[in-house]
Amino acid sequence: MIGVDIRIDRPGGFSLRAAFAAPDVGVTALFGRSGAGKTTIIQAVAGVVRPDAGRIAVGETVFFDRDRGIDLPIEARRVGYVFQDARLFPHLSVERNLRYGERRARGVPFIAFDAVVEMLGIRHLLARRPHTLSGGERQRVAIGRALLAQPRLLLMDEPLAALDEQRKSEILPYLERLRDETRLPILYVSHSVDEVLRLSDTVVALAQGRMIAAGPVAGVMSQPSILPVVGRFDLGTIFDCTVARHDPAYELSTLRFADGELRVPLVDQPLGAPVRARIRSRDVALALARPTDVSVTNLLAGTVKSIVRMEGPYSDVELVVGGSSLHATVTAESVERLALAPGMALWAMIKAVAVDSRSTLFSAPDAAAPGQGGPPADGSTQVAAPHQSRS
Amino acid sequence: MNVERSRLSGFAGGRNDEFAMDMLTPEEWTAVQLSLRVAFWATFWSLPFAVLVAWLLARTSFPGKGLFDGIVYLPLVLPKVVVGYLLLVTLGARGYLGQYLDAWFGIRLIFTTAGATVAAAVVSFPLTVNAIRLSLEAVDRGLEMAARTLGASRLDVFFSVTLPLMLPGILSGALLAIASALGEFGATITFVSNVEGQTRTIPLAIYSATHMPDGDAMALRLTVVSIVLALSALLLANLADRRIRTMIGRA
Repeated sequence: MIGVDIRIDRPGGFSLRAAFAAPDVGVTALFGRSGAGKTTIIQAVAGVVRPDAGRIAVGETVFFDRDRGIDLPIEARRVGYVFQDARLFPHLSVERNLRYGERRARGVPFIAFDAVVEMLGIRHLLARRPHTLSGGERQRVAIGRALLAQPRLLLMDEPLAALDEQRKSEILPYLERLRDETRLPILYVSHSVDEVLRLSDTVVALAQGRMIAAGPVAGVMSQPSILPVVGRFDLGTIFDCTVARHDPAYELSTLRFADGELRVPLVDQPLGAPVRARIRSRDVALALARPTDVSVTNLLAGTVKSIVRMEGPYSDVELVVGGSSLHATVTAESVERLALAPGMALWAMIKAVAVDSRSTLFSAPDAAAPGQGGPPADGSTQVAAPHQSRS
Repeated sequence: MNVERSRLSGFAGGRNDEFAMDMLTPEEWTAVQLSLRVAFWATFWSLPFAVLVAWLLARTSFPGKGLFDGIVYLPLVLPKVVVGYLLLVTLGARGYLGQYLDAWFGIRLIFTTAGATVAAAVVSFPLTVNAIRLSLEAVDRGLEMAARTLGASRLDVFFSVTLPLMLPGILSGALLAIASALGEFGATITFVSNVEGQTRTIPLAIYSATHMPDGDAMALRLTVVSIVLALSALLLANLADRRIRTMIGRA
């Protein structure tokens, strides 16, 4: 367990309060816009920034405890820190960069040089100098260097932010592999909904130095309260699904979640593979009776749980579909016209084409089986293309 | 005068055998060798201190740092004669520290090459510190931070990351120090006087030559040597700088 409970106040007026516990295995995303305090949190965990009060502990080891006067030096914390700008040592070759942490590692090594080099696909770069590498290559070497220091946890500060879309999709599979093969706890700073959905199990959402939500990905990322972080366009409900059927004739796939099924454009994953589907709230329409003679493919029956008037002409309607929640953004005018109220039975309509496979389907980390989740042979991945799924 | 003329024409006309030896008189050779020795050792001994002082100035804050900063750069702006006089008062045979140096360690600086070396080191020190300080300030502290997260202690980081990245600055600082030590005059002549074979470096030898009735040729030859040495130092600095930058990936 990674326990963080800290307070940081800066003269400039920036203040941060964060208290959360991240699990020992898997990726915990620190999610928020720039200036939210995400990086400050992992800097405090690394020991680069000293909190004004509070406590940070990883497993049995207390990194920082203001009250007991504990402040472990950076080098004694053994955290692997992957910086946004890689920070490879310019005077050393790639191999010597990798060995830098390895030579200084303490305790029993859990991962070997060759294993890291293979996992990240950087063997052909070993003799090169950092300034001759591409951005993506640099980031992979930086990850390897952090791993070889045999850290007890990995801190990643927007490792993809400085890369273009193509490089991002080139690295994401390596990150998934890292997550699945090392089982190291990872604190992953990101402002990208796509990265969070694709990589993380747990999310801590931050805005202006305050936590606004924390918990499992599907729950947190479905809450309307994270609107300030994700923006209206990306607000939606996350469903953890498995691939149930493929229908090549129509190029459609069926995804099964706990309480129903979704028909979506063909998913490039084998049957049974875990995928995370995001249904944007703005793509959900509501009807009082079961609609007939409509083109919409997905019809889900549910009851209204709550209706929240939001800024602008919008209202958020939360439906209960079986045991799951589904959010729909409709106009306040529609709420009034249909006289929607909690407890009412409704039909939710989701166009299959709205669940675009390129922007809303992600392999879910948790259930990812060993050996799966590595980089696809053809190098293509299904991530985070520009949002162009409105139809 | 005649002898001098023939030497000069020898220089211009290109007699190839024992060219250099023949170009300079033994007295001049002594001055050149002494100059090189003084410049080398002055730089050699002051370099570690220069790195330390540069580090203190660039990376730490302590009470009285402004004053310390001022004192370090003082020899640069003070008349060199004043620097020499201060050295005489402090390190001279009856100086505040000098008397103990002699009584306890048997070290005498007055009229000796060691004294000339001290004078050259003190005068060139600010230049060395400045070059090293600039290179230290250019070192990306993010890299040092990264090294610490990889398990390196502060001292380890200094020797494995900071120092290698400062190399261009240290090298150019050293060559600057050598060049300025070669040219040192005022402090040396005030502190350790003008003793042939002990403290008479090239500038002092030129000074002496201009006071001799037939010293023009000697002054001219030593001037040529001075120019050649200074130019070589600059060219070497340039070359080494490029080499090192490529080596540390800053090309």
